[in-house]
Amino acid sequence: MDLYENQRSTSKIKRDASVNDRIPDGLFLACPYCGTQMYNKQLGDYRVCAKCGYGFRLQARERVALLTDNFEEMDADIEMTTPDFPGYAEKLARAKSQTDLGESVLTGVANIEGEQVALGVMDSYFMMGSLGSMTGEKITRLFEYATAHQLPVVLFTASGGARMQEGINSLMQMAKVSAAVAAHQEAGLLYLVVLTDPTTGGVTASFAMQGDVTLAEPHALVGFAGARVIESTIHEKLPKDFQRVETLLENGFVDKIVPRAELGQIIAKIVKLHHRTEI
Amino acid sequence: MAVNIGLNLFRHELTPAEVVKKSREDRFFAREIIDGIFTDFIEFHGDRQSGDDMSVIGGIAALNGKPVTIIAIDKGIDINDKLSKRNGSPEPWGYRKAQRLMQQANKFHRPIVTFINTPGAFPGKTAEAQGQGEAIAKSILESMKLTVPMIAIIYGEGGSGGALALATSDQVWMFQNATYSILSPEGFASILWKDSKRSDEAAGVMGLTPKDLLNKNVIEYIIPESRNHPRVFNLIRKRLDDEFTRLNELTPDELIAQRRARFRAF
Ligand SMILES: [Zn+2]
Repeated sequence: MDLYENQRSTSKIKRDASVNDRIPDGLFLACPYCGTQMYNKQLGDYRVCAKCGYGFRLQARERVALLTDNFEEMDADIEMTTPDFPGYAEKLARAKSQTDLGESVLTGVANIEGEQVALGVMDSYFMMGSLGSMTGEKITRLFEYATAHQLPVVLFTASGGARMQEGINSLMQMAKVSAAVAAHQEAGLLYLVVLTDPTTGGVTASFAMQGDVTLAEPHALVGFAGARVIESTIHEKLPKDFQRVETLLENGFVDKIVPRAELGQIIAKIVKLHHRTEI
Repeated sequence: MAVNIGLNLFRHELTPAEVVKKSREDRFFAREIIDGIFTDFIEFHGDRQSGDDMSVIGGIAALNGKPVTIIAIDKGIDINDKLSKRNGSPEPWGYRKAQRLMQQANKFHRPIVTFINTPGAFPGKTAEAQGQGEAIAKSILESMKLTVPMIAIIYGEGGSGGALALATSDQVWMFQNATYSILSPEGFASILWKDSKRSDEAAGVMGLTPKDLLNKNVIEYIIPESRNHPRVFNLIRKRLDDEFTRLNELTPDELIAQRRARFRAF
C-alpha cells in the first residue's frame, strides 16, 4: 500500500467551503454552552464565544486551515464497500457533499508552528462524526504512517459514537484503531488527543482516551453514555456541567483545557518537548 | 461452519428476534460455567484503585490441570444479586479489575479466558465520573499488548463497547443463543427509526446472531447449547485446552501480531 498515494497538498486552505462562512455576519447566534446571544461576526476567526470561551463546532477543513501552516491530506479517496443498509448510501453521499470530506475524519501530515505531525481531525458535521469503517481505516492508517515515519500523532476527536448503519463493523473499529495505537505507543512515539465538542460513545471508549497527553477545548462535552440514557437509568437529573471537560479535568481524565486560539502553540510546545535528545 | 447438534435438527431455526430473547434468559450462570469447566477456582477481588465491582468475577483456576486466569461478567442469580450487579453492567472499576487480572496473567504466563454476558457498560453518574470510557479504552488497548493467549466467550448478551472491552482477544466464541452487537435492538430501532417497538425488525437487520457473526469473521466458533450443561462444559474445556496449546506455540511477537491482524481486517 502506497501511503503517498492520494495525497493532496493544500497550503492554508481558505475557509470558504465551510458552513460557517455561509452564515451571514449579521446573524444572531446563541452560545450552545452559556446561551449568550451574539452576532456571528463576533465569534471571530476562531469561532469562540466571547463570554465563556466555548468553541463553536468547526468543520475539519476549517480546523486544519486555522491550525496548520501546511497540510498534506492522505487517503482522501479510499473507497470501501459500504453495507447495504436502507438509506445509508444516500446519507453518506449527502454528508460527503456537505463537508467536502470522504469520511468523518480528515487525516494527513501537517506542520503546526514548525512541528511536523500526523494530524487527524474528526468532523461532527459528517454524520455526527460517527465511527464508520472508513473512519476507523483512515485513523488506523494515520497511526501506521506515523509509526513508519516516526511522527507524533495529534488527533482532534468529535463524534456522536458508533455508525449504527454499519453494525458490528463499527464496533470493530474501536479495536482496530487501538491496535494501531498500541504499535505507535511501543515505538515510543507521542500520541496527543484534543477532545472537542462533542466526543461520546465508542470514540470515548477507545482512541479518545488512549493518548499520552489529553488536551480539551473549553466546555466541550465528553462522555461515554448519553445524558438521557443515564437520566432514565438512574432516575435523576444530571448537573449542568456533567460530562463537560472542566468536570473531566477535576476527575483526572484531562491534562489541560486550552482555548482554541492557543491550541497550535501549546501542541507545538508539547511535541517539541518530546523530541528525542541524547542525555 | 456452524454444526447443528442433533437436538436441534427437528426444530425450526430461531429468528434473530428469538435469539435476542433467548440470549437474555438465565440459561447459564457465570459461576456455573466456571465450576463446570475449571477446577480449583479462586476468586480475586478489587481493582486496587477504587473498589470491587461484583458484576465482574475474576480469579485463577486450573484447566485440565494447567493454570488460567478467568474474567467473567455475571448478571446475577436472584433479584438482589441482579440488582447489585446491575444485570451485568460493569462499572469502570469492574473493567479495571479485569485489567489488573490481565496484567497478572501476563506476568505469570497464564492464558486468559473471558466470559461475557452484558447489555453494556453501566450508564451511571458515578460510572461517567470515574471514567467509564477510559476504563473500556484501556482494557482494549492493554489487551492488544498481552503476550499470553486470550479467548473470549460470549454466553448471553454481548452489548457494545462494554462487551468489546473483554473481547479484544485471539479468538471470540459465542454460545448458540448469544448475541453480539453495537447496541440493543431497542436502542437501534429508537435511534434509527425513532421507534423502540420495532426492535424485532431491528434484530433482523443488525446481524447480531452467532451465525451472522461467524460469516463476517467477527467470531471463530459457535458453541452448541444443550440442556445437558455438563456436555456443553466438557466441549468448551476440551476446545479451550486445544486452542491454548496451539496458541502457546506462537512466540509472544507472533501472538501479538496475529491478534492485531485479526482486528486489522475490519
Ligand atoms: Zn458561551
